[in-house]
Amino acid sequence: MTPRLLLSDVAAGQSLPELRYDVTATTVVLGALASRDWRPMHHDKDFAIERNGTKDIFLNTPNQAAWFERYLTDWTGPHGRLGKVTFTMKGSVFPGDTMVLSGTVTGTEVDEAGCGWAEVAVELAVDGQVKTTCRARVALPTENDDNPWARRADRWQP
Amino acid sequence: MSTPLEDVTALIGVEQYPEEGEFPVEQGYIWTTCASVENGNPLFWDDAVAQEVTGGPIAPPTMVSVWFRPHHWAPGRTTAALPLQVHFDLKANLDLPEAVMTDNTITFYEPVRPGDRLRTHQVLRSVSDQKTTKLGTGRFWVIEVVYTNQRDELVAVESYTGFGYRRDEVQR
Repeated sequence: MTPRLLLSDVAAGQSLPELRYDVTATTVVLGALASRDWRPMHHDKDFAIERNGTKDIFLNTPNQAAWFERYLTDWTGPHGRLGKVTFTMKGSVFPGDTMVLSGTVTGTEVDEAGCGWAEVAVELAVDGQVKTTCRARVALPTENDDNPWARRADRWQP
Repeated sequence: MSTPLEDVTALIGVEQYPEEGEFPVEQGYIWTTCASVENGNPLFWDDAVAQEVTGGPIAPPTMVSVWFRPHHWAPGRTTAALPLQVHFDLKANLDLPEAVMTDNTITFYEPVRPGDRLRTHQVLRSVSDQKTTKLGTGRFWVIEVVYTNQRDELVAVESYTGFGYRRDEVQR
């Protein structure tokens, strides 16, 4: 299988394709249960309003991580391998929101082990307001026959 | 009443709360998670692609904490297990009733595969001097959650920065 994206295809300043998604109560509940998060603020609207003071149930953090992963690997294809992600939560995402994920490549490098890396800044926004940011370090093949997933031990330095 | 700070900082670097996941990594949750975010990455849906690219099926890396969330109910359980227990210990021991997580970093190592039995432990990495922010006065701390597999290979390290504080000490 030929890699979809090589490190040489990527440069700082490049934008990733935007992803728009209409969030429903099902999105929130499915994401919470898929991540084994049984806390009521992710499925019980009355609890979320009365106890959390929010307007509705809201996306949990682990499921947002899954959204960011999907967004990044939609771009890289299956040969892209996450090395490190850092999330900063700024606000909540509710049913009825249209969330927009966007990303920008902030840098590239080949490390001392020969692994190619792209640094990407991703934002999840609703109505133009950033709700979560994610800084990601993603390994990309440097050549068609390079596979970041084959790297282990000292050859993998995320 | 709070615990003396030196007793709290004595735990820096100490492995605490070793735990094994309640069940092996399983394909069903992988598919449910991918479905929840409409993730069509063939690594998780096409065994031939997974075999060629990752040497067999793997779980999405960001699922690593999923395998440690306890069942909602289990026979004989009387109290809910708390993930990130070190964080709650710090709140109690430093007498800081409120806390927020400001950053969460996950670093990924060996891929997680269906059938893996993962283990975890928590390590307190740092506790700051007293700080005052717009939330209140308290301390920042960094906690690492280390994940390994049944072969003792490092799978992931999660790092949380927390800020424990008291609202009533806010300078207005």
